[in-house]
Parts: sequence; C-alpha cells; structure tokens
Amino acid sequence: MSETATTPLGALLGKAQRSGGAVLLPYMTAGLPGPETSLDMFRAMADAGADGFEVGIPYSDPLMDGPTIHEAGLRALDAGTSLDGALRLLEAVVTTTGKPSVVMTYVNPVLRVGVGEFAKRAAAAGASGVILADLPAEEADHFQAAFADAGLGLVLFVAPTTGDERLAAVAAAQPLFLYGVAELGVTGERTDASSRAGELAARVRAVTDVPLVLGVGISTPDHAAQAAAVADGVIVGSALVRRVLDAPDAPSAASSLHQAVADLAAAVHSTRS
Amino acid sequence: MTLIRPDERGRFGEFGGRFAPETLMPALLELEAAFEAAWSDPSFHAELRHLLRDFVGRPTPVYRADRLSQELGLDLWFKREDLAHTGAHKINNTVGQALLAKRMGKPRIIAETGAGQHGVATATACALLGIECAVYMGATDIERQALNVYRMRLLGCEVIPVTKGPGTLKDAVSEAMRDWVATVETTHYIIGSVVGPHPFPWMVREFQKVIGEELQEQMDGGDSGRPRPDVIVACVGGGSNAMGIFYPYAGSSVRLVGVEAAGHGLETGEHGASLVAGSPGVIHGSRTYLLQDDAGQVLEAHSVSAGLDYPGVGPEHANFKDRGIAEYVSITDAEAMEAFHLLSRTEGIIPALETAHALAWVANERDDLAGKTVVINLSGRGDKDVQQVAALDE
Repeated sequence: MSETATTPLGALLGKAQRSGGAVLLPYMTAGLPGPETSLDMFRAMADAGADGFEVGIPYSDPLMDGPTIHEAGLRALDAGTSLDGALRLLEAVVTTTGKPSVVMTYVNPVLRVGVGEFAKRAAAAGASGVILADLPAEEADHFQAAFADAGLGLVLFVAPTTGDERLAAVAAAQPLFLYGVAELGVTGERTDASSRAGELAARVRAVTDVPLVLGVGISTPDHAAQAAAVADGVIVGSALVRRVLDAPDAPSAASSLHQAVADLAAAVHSTRS
Repeated sequence: MTLIRPDERGRFGEFGGRFAPETLMPALLELEAAFEAAWSDPSFHAELRHLLRDFVGRPTPVYRADRLSQELGLDLWFKREDLAHTGAHKINNTVGQALLAKRMGKPRIIAETGAGQHGVATATACALLGIECAVYMGATDIERQALNVYRMRLLGCEVIPVTKGPGTLKDAVSEAMRDWVATVETTHYIIGSVVGPHPFPWMVREFQKVIGEELQEQMDGGDSGRPRPDVIVACVGGGSNAMGIFYPYAGSSVRLVGVEAAGHGLETGEHGASLVAGSPGVIHGSRTYLLQDDAGQVLEAHSVSAGLDYPGVGPEHANFKDRGIAEYVSITDAEAMEAFHLLSRTEGIIPALETAHALAWVANERDDLAGKTVVINLSGRGDKDVQQVAALDE
C-alpha cells in the first residue's frame, strides 16, 4: 500500500489520476518577497486556481536550482527566513488556503536538525511530504523511514537519464509521487517545451501507478498543458519566482502571480475530462 | 586496514556517499563502472604510466632541504610535485580522468578551479587528448590568479566566470555541477580534488596515490640510501595532494599531518578549516566535515590561498580524522606568508601559497619535530601567487 493515499496531497494526486486530469503545484520560496508578505503570494496563487504547493526552504547552495531560485533563496536567507519560519509559513498556507503542500529543500538543512526531528516539525506544520533535490534513491531509505514514521511521504526523482530498470526500482520504493525532471538541467525558464517529458512519462506509466508530477523548465501555459496531458501534476517554479523577484512591491508581486497562475491553471485543468 | 575502496554506497566509514540530483545518478554509476573497468585493465595503466612518465615527468624527485633542515633542526625532505608538468600535483588526476573520459566517449570536459592549478591541469590534459574543455572559476579567483586564467586560454580552454556568491572555489564547484546536470550525456566532469559524490573521492585518490607510492620507493630506509619518513605533512583544501601522499602510509607508524587554512584565525570565523573547526554534514554530493551555521547553511570560507578557500573537505579525510589515521591542524594566512618567504629565500623554491601552509606548520613545530625525518608534499610551485604576494607585501 502506497503512502500516497494517506496524505492530503497523495489523495489529491490519486483523484487526479483516477479522473485522467492533472493538478497544478506551484513552487515558491518561503520568505519572499518578505517574511510578512510571503503568505500573500500563496493566497494569490490559491485564489487563481493552484491545487497545492511546493514550499521552498531556502538553502545557500542549491545544486539543482538555476539562477532564479538560487537568487530567491539567498534573498530569503538575507531577509532572515529560518527553517522554523518556513514551516510556520507552510502551516499558514495549508490552514488558510486549504491546499495540500510539500516542503522542498536540500539534505544538509535536514541533517542539521536531525532527520527525525525535521520530520516531526514538518508533519506538525501540516506538510504532506518532503522533496530533497540532492537525495537519490540510493541514499533515501533512512530518510523515507523517518518521514513515514511522522506520516510524511518522500518524493523521489526520475529524469530523462534514468534508465528503465532504475526507474522501476525508484518507483518500487513507493514515493509520495515521482518528480519527473522534464528537462536535463537545473530549474529555470525555457523557451521551448520539453522534448523528453512525453517519453519519460510513457516509461513511468509502463512500470508503475505511483503518481507522476513533471517539473523543471516548465514556464508557460503551453508547456504546462503539454505536461498535464501526460502527467498527474505539473510544477512551475522559476517562472513564478521571477515575478516575485522582479516586482516593485508585494501587492504587485501578488497580482502578477495571480494572473500567471490563473493562465497556468486554466491550461493544466483543461486536460480534465 | 580495509581502506582499499569505499563500500557499495561509496562510504568511507560514516562519510562519503552520493547526495546528487537524480539526473546525475546514472552518470555517477556509469563513471564508477567505467573507472573500475579501466583500473583493472593493464592497457589503461600502460597508457597512463606512459603519459605520467613522458608527459608529466614522473616520478617527481624527493629533495633533501639542507639549509632549511639546518635552520629548523630537523631532517627535512620535499616531495617535488611542483616539478610535475604544469607545476602541481593536479595533473596526475586530470591526465587519468581525461584518459577515462576518452575511453567513455565523452567529447567535452568541464572542471572547476580555485587557484587555477586544476583548471590549467585540466586544460592541459584536454589539449593533449583533443577534448573540448570549459573551466568554471569564481570571479574573485579570476582576479587573484590572472596568470593561470591566461594559461588556460592559451591551452584552448574556455574560462567561465562565476559571479554568484563570493566568487571562490565553492561557487565554481556548484556551477560546474549545474553545467553537468544539463550536459551529462556528452560531458565528463573532472572534479579537482577528493571531494564530490562517489566515485569521485575514491577515483581521484587512486589517481593521486602515485605520489605516496613513489615516496615509499624513494625513501625506503634501505636501498634508496634515504631514510624512511617519520612524519609526512601536506596542506588540505579539498585534500587531494594530502590524500595522494598519505594513502599508501595509512595505518603505518608514519605520522600523517594535514594542514588546513586558518585564514585570519579560527576565532574570527574567517578560515577554511573544515576538519579542525567544522562539523559533519553534506556538501557537493558527499557527507563530510564542512563549515556551516546552526541552520545547515554552508558558510563562506576564507584563505589567502585560493586553493584552500573551500568550506568542505574530502570524505576520506573526514574518516581519517575520526579514526585517528591522520591528524589535522591549521595555519593562518600570516604564518603561511612567512613560510612562503622562508622557503623562497632559504631553498630557492617559490612554493604555492597552499603548500606554504604545510611548511609553516613544520616551522612552528620545529621543537617537537627536532631530529625527525619530515617530508613535506611540495604540492605546487608559486609562480601563480607572486603577483598576489607582491600586492600583500606592500
């Protein structure tokens, strides 16, 4: 039995899978544009049709992230965003928007507080699961067990470079969902839609019914629609984070996000039968 | 001693492993398999041996530093890695990895560099084997190592400035890894030290251990006519020259001392002493000691020498520290500068600023080391640092 059904996000993805539709899960770095205004960003995105969230805990050395999310993390850290601050935000996001959310960060901040302690705090904040961008399946067992004890799912990645045998082994670990890396490369906006996401999705479908969520390089409603046609969920990060980084103030950031997410949500949800 | 290779998860005791994005995992597994196959293939060794002898100039000499021995009251020897082609030990690893990349059919190689020595060594190996090359280098380091930047360009290599963060080695490693995530199918990443995800720390150690193996023959206490070392001293940034000379002696009675950068002083927080003053965590793909704050954010390192200006260290050194196989100490910028001048004046050898840290420790400990046979791994020559030292001396 997969853990996916037992967490709110797992339930949401299960429903999308059964209906043949897809959900939109925007990524946003916690603490942007400031500690007091960060929640407004998530509310604007929820109002515009986001189905759930990936809440980023900023990290100094994000190897899987391109310049936009890296910059966002450094700004959030400069503004004093802590692990507990990010988790308090996640709690407020889940409570006020009612949207299920996962935490996204890197291994080292989790090890620093201790895997079990991190799991306890994230679960208490209402997270459905955890994404660690530098945690491959080979190193995941200890983390996944501690997260499961706290009622959290672990998200594992599959990429265009992941061979079929390896893909089956990653899926067999029964992650909360499979994060399908739609583009070779780090997070960031791309002009063209991924040429490899469809092939990756087909290979995932052939071996598992674990939900598949595509992310990395998905920037426009057009990209999102193409991803939604082959996956159960779509993550958009850099294209949204950039709007917050570029906005002159928090209200304009929120309204810019609202518009962008409304367009993305319409594109993703149009695949629903 | 069961130190031959890390376990199947790439661990040295509690340290090492593979904390890397999934996109890279298939490449890391492929690299491990390719290295294992090459390393057990006599024809690979024959080709590498030929290049190390005729292109790099190995074996490098050991040299008795008579005047310094007298001045310090001990029996001081240098393993002359500064005499290897391109002026540092880095070439041992880059020639090996470039040969491997060629064997794997990768048409492009990337690398990071701090002081520029690894960048030059990578550019050199790529020029030798006809492989496209790009090197990531922090903007700060580009400024303080202008000579090496120009050398890399002469060798046909693209130098890519990294402006994120403080513009030093840590940022260069991160950017090189980001490049690799996007280009992994056609590109090999030649990491410059015994750091990074498995199999890099193991593979780089295997390519560098030639230093210690040569020393065992050159100073065998018998037929060589030279004594066996009592103490071996090497500077440690990521730790490749130290691991290269320590490894064959691990578990023996020879005292192994790794010298980290204390920068402006450990108490100032501005240093690069991950083993002496850091704590365990994960950086650049492996579990090791690093400089971090209470929240697990990586701290910026500081050292006058660009090659030691790094907040992490190789995981096998972390294991050596915890198991007491080697000991780790630190030396400040000022002490290293003094040793830089001492060696230049007394022996006619201008050392790299990195290497000067090792000599500074020996000079500080001269009373304890009195009469002992001490070998310093003279890991690199100091031409690259002359301009910076001139500016600092003013």
